[in-house]
Amino acid sequence: MTYDVNKSETHDIKRSRWAAVLVGIGAMAALDEIVFHQLLQWHHFFDFSTPAFGILSDGLLHAFELLAVVVGVFLLLDLSQRGRLSISWAKAGFFLGMGGFQLFDGLINHKILRLHQIRYGVDPLMYDLVWNAFAIGFLLIGAWCWRRARALPAR
Amino acid sequence: MHAGHPASPLDWLPFLLVVLVTCQYLAAAWLQRLEGHWSLWRCGFFVLGSTLLAIAFWPSLMRWAHADLVGHMTLHLLIGMFAPLAWVLAAPVTLLLKTLPQAGGKWVVALLHSRFIRFLAHPVTALLLNVGGMYVLYLTPLYAASLQNSALHYLIHLHFLLAGYLFCWAILAEPDASPHRLGVRFRLGVLFAAIATHSLLGKLMYGWGFPRGTGHTLEHVQAAAQWMYYGGDLAEVLLAVVLMTCWLRRPVGRREALLGSHPQTG
Repeated sequence: MTYDVNKSETHDIKRSRWAAVLVGIGAMAALDEIVFHQLLQWHHFFDFSTPAFGILSDGLLHAFELLAVVVGVFLLLDLSQRGRLSISWAKAGFFLGMGGFQLFDGLINHKILRLHQIRYGVDPLMYDLVWNAFAIGFLLIGAWCWRRARALPAR
Repeated sequence: MHAGHPASPLDWLPFLLVVLVTCQYLAAAWLQRLEGHWSLWRCGFFVLGSTLLAIAFWPSLMRWAHADLVGHMTLHLLIGMFAPLAWVLAAPVTLLLKTLPQAGGKWVVALLHSRFIRFLAHPVTALLLNVGGMYVLYLTPLYAASLQNSALHYLIHLHFLLAGYLFCWAILAEPDASPHRLGVRFRLGVLFAAIATHSLLGKLMYGWGFPRGTGHTLEHVQAAAQWMYYGGDLAEVLLAVVLMTCWLRRPVGRREALLGSHPQTG
């Protein structure tokens, strides 16, 4: 396995990062489900204009999101029990996971696969722009955390 | 409402069987506790599973679920997902092995490692029996036929229970004696396939109005499909949490090996 240049002896940087990316993806997916599907009811469970491939890929993505958050949390717990969790790298991974998923959802799911739109009965352009701007915001936070984690000696 | 089947004393059979099996488990557990050790947690899990099943098999509830698709999905979740999960955590096979006299125990071990059981208890077989069975039930006229034929109706619920139990047993493997030694990663992969195919089925049922020929409105079928989708999520996430909890309870040094990316049998 190859680690980063500033790999520490005690922290498993790579796994801290990846486990947190999984948690970030799962957290964003859960937020999407709770806020946009259930509370606001903007997203629809089923959009009859979705192509068949979109429905299939949605099943796979849905399974991935659900397992990502569970597996990610347990991997972080394992790292923490072994004293190998790097919190600063986990933070970077978490925000990159959130932003990455949001951007994927905004571009691939909503626009290319057309699973559902953000809101119905309105022009979705503004919603799409805001949605993806949020995604980029999360990615920037992630990048900032990444730089900070690199600068820190071993944390 | 459909014209339900007339009430008959036979309706109590599944309920009574659950009570009987529970008494047997508790009696065996009691013997183990007198001689050595048997965790009260396991007894608690068995009673929990039995309680869920007893609720699901209560005749008047079953009659409601027979006439109502949303009710049917609720029972399906209880019988096929939540109750089996609790039962597997109660480790009934281990209890059986401890309780039986030596000859009987040997016979059970031989059975466990027989080709047939090894095949049945493989996660992929269990997945096909479990989710594949659901595809057959809801996308073909089988479900509509089960509304007319009470033997078929009971058979389907027995299948839910057995396939659900087999699936939980195959995925968790650890809390009970199991013929397979498959890595956690492999079992998570099978669970992934189960969630994906299960949610795909939910969408198919919602979008195309399956199961058909039930006399329900499309809205009602869609409500049932959505309930199946989210209820299934809950059950499958719970199964994943239990699987990972079992993993985290293992000694720190063994966890990496248990993750194992390649299935090894033995």
